[in-house]
Amino acid sequence: MATPKIISARFDEKKAHTLEGYLALGGYATLKKLFKMKPDEVIDEVKRSGLRGRGGAGFPTGMKWSFIPKNTDKPKYLCVNADEGEPGTFKDRLILERDPHALIEGILICCHAVGIKTAYIYIRGEYDFPLARLGAAVKEAYANGYLGKNIKNSGVDVDVVIHRGAGAYICGDETGLIESLEGKKGQPRPKPPFPAIVGVFDCPTVVNNVETISALPWIMTNGADAYAAIGTEKSKGTMLFSISGMVERPGVYEGAFGVNLWKFIEESTGGVKGGKKLKAVIPGGSSSAILTAEEARNVNLDYESIAATGAMVGSGAIMVFDEDTCVVEALEVVLRFYAHESCGQCPPCREGTYWLYEIVNRIRTGRGRPEDIDLMLAICPDMLGRTVCVLADSAAIPAASYIKKFRSEFEAYIDKANPPERKLHPGGINFEARAL
Amino acid sequence: MSHARHAIAPSGKPFAFSPDNEAKFAQLLPKYPTKRAVILPALWLAQEQEGHITVEAMEYVARRLEQPAVAVFAVVEFYTMFKTEPTGKHHIQLCRTLSCWMRGYQDLQGLIERKLGIGPGEKTPDGKFSFELVECLGSCGTAPMMRMDDRYWENLTVEKLERIVDACNQGRDPAGEDH
Ligand SMILES: Cc1cc2nc3c(=O)[nH]c(=O)nc-3n(C[C@H](O)[C@H](O)[C@H](O)COP(=O)(O)O)c2cc1C
Ligand code: FES
Repeated sequence: MATPKIISARFDEKKAHTLEGYLALGGYATLKKLFKMKPDEVIDEVKRSGLRGRGGAGFPTGMKWSFIPKNTDKPKYLCVNADEGEPGTFKDRLILERDPHALIEGILICCHAVGIKTAYIYIRGEYDFPLARLGAAVKEAYANGYLGKNIKNSGVDVDVVIHRGAGAYICGDETGLIESLEGKKGQPRPKPPFPAIVGVFDCPTVVNNVETISALPWIMTNGADAYAAIGTEKSKGTMLFSISGMVERPGVYEGAFGVNLWKFIEESTGGVKGGKKLKAVIPGGSSSAILTAEEARNVNLDYESIAATGAMVGSGAIMVFDEDTCVVEALEVVLRFYAHESCGQCPPCREGTYWLYEIVNRIRTGRGRPEDIDLMLAICPDMLGRTVCVLADSAAIPAASYIKKFRSEFEAYIDKANPPERKLHPGGINFEARAL
Repeated sequence: MSHARHAIAPSGKPFAFSPDNEAKFAQLLPKYPTKRAVILPALWLAQEQEGHITVEAMEYVARRLEQPAVAVFAVVEFYTMFKTEPTGKHHIQLCRTLSCWMRGYQDLQGLIERKLGIGPGEKTPDGKFSFELVECLGSCGTAPMMRMDDRYWENLTVEKLERIVDACNQGRDPAGEDH
């Protein structure tokens, strides 16, 4: 069965980003039905669809909404996570640029279901063009009564505020985002209390990813059953996969869960660039464990199957290594990222990411000691589950997996008699040690 | 987060919002239930107005929002996009993360260093270019890439980047070279 296009249906339509274009393609058609439904009915519908969060953690969306207290005097908020910082992820950007009204329609669905009057869209600071498109769409929606007071005579009020980040990966974490939105450094908060109880401005808050919210109009139009019919038992529906690295045609491809991972990559992108051999695949962003070529060929693309390998679906960021890609240097790039992005409040993260990066850097630059490989493996477990957010885990999990699965490549760098030849980009320059 | 910023000295130039930004600032306030939440958007206004954020601008934002100055200083220090010194006319942010690394950002850095004579964190003496290596900009499918002049430049090659830099140097619109 061909994969139905749910999120990407309008990506190739030239005018879908305008209100006129979106309406012409059937946009905002769910609103009539929506406002006749009771909020709880909407939550039930989303629960039955099996929709899970597309920001990284894969948490069931309907269940998340049901944690919001029903009888509270406090205002409730929606924070749409458009921070898109997980390395390898570039799919929310397409939604913002090409289909921003689907996001706004999804926001209306969530707000009606949960009883929210204000939604903040937290967009990463570097997304100039997506911000422009989103800003124009919000303006148009206000001007035409799709946002604001008494939307389309429903008695429902929803305001949308776009809030621009300023360059910090950690603000993608839901409580980092909340802190940042409150005007502080984006340092995540300890949980509990969870945002559903004490979120932004100390009020009950839903935090959802852009893609999660953008799936809602389709679900409301076509019904939960139609959505749940796609995919596997526990991984329902479709997801946008950002595929990059050494493939012929990198890009964003929508796929239904449950297909073979490598087959999906190959059919979407044309396979490894230049007919080279496949070395490894990162299935779900740089925070995920790595899969060997053999694992990638033998695993299905759904939450449970990928998790069974120790990796994750995460944000759907698939990165492909060809035979020439150096795993040691790749880990150095990954660890440099986490060392740079650690917010610094938890010692296991601040120190752990820094030292893992230092050690892999000295290995790669020919200064490694034989015991360094096991030293890294000894540091990793001490970074798991010990910090306020999972950034430390996000560095330790890939580090341990790269080393365990490609240990001989690390050893080769330490074997002074036979230093490895750098095959990748011989004309390139080495990045300097320590310069985070 | 950004690391190892040094203490910044006042610029000696007083700061106040332009009439345009004053109007935008007034629109920001009702959008948030607290004044503190307006710190980031107000800092963006200040940075757009002057190109960077001076100590005076931080103190001004703090005063306008009735926040302690340190609350504003801490925010400026934390976020990498807030600049406390003027950048070049064209500020190059070259992505160095996984997919851009696989697709050869190193060669682009090499070109910048050779052609402009500046490394990461530096500015050309004529003030035309400054250069910074940044983490994944969410454009990995069109790697290697950079952000410059408030837009993305994707699918870069050494040759294409050279054309873009030349256009900037010759005062032409570099957008014409984005092919
Ligand atoms: C360090 C870190 C960075 C994150 N970055 C993002 C991000 O850029 N975008 C996103 O949607 N979720 C990100 N997340 C996940 C969020 O914490 C949260 O789970 C998500 O926004 C919830 O929305 P969802 O249920 O719709 O996926 C990040 C988490 C961590 C720990
Ligand atoms: S790795 Fe460069 S844009 Fe993502």
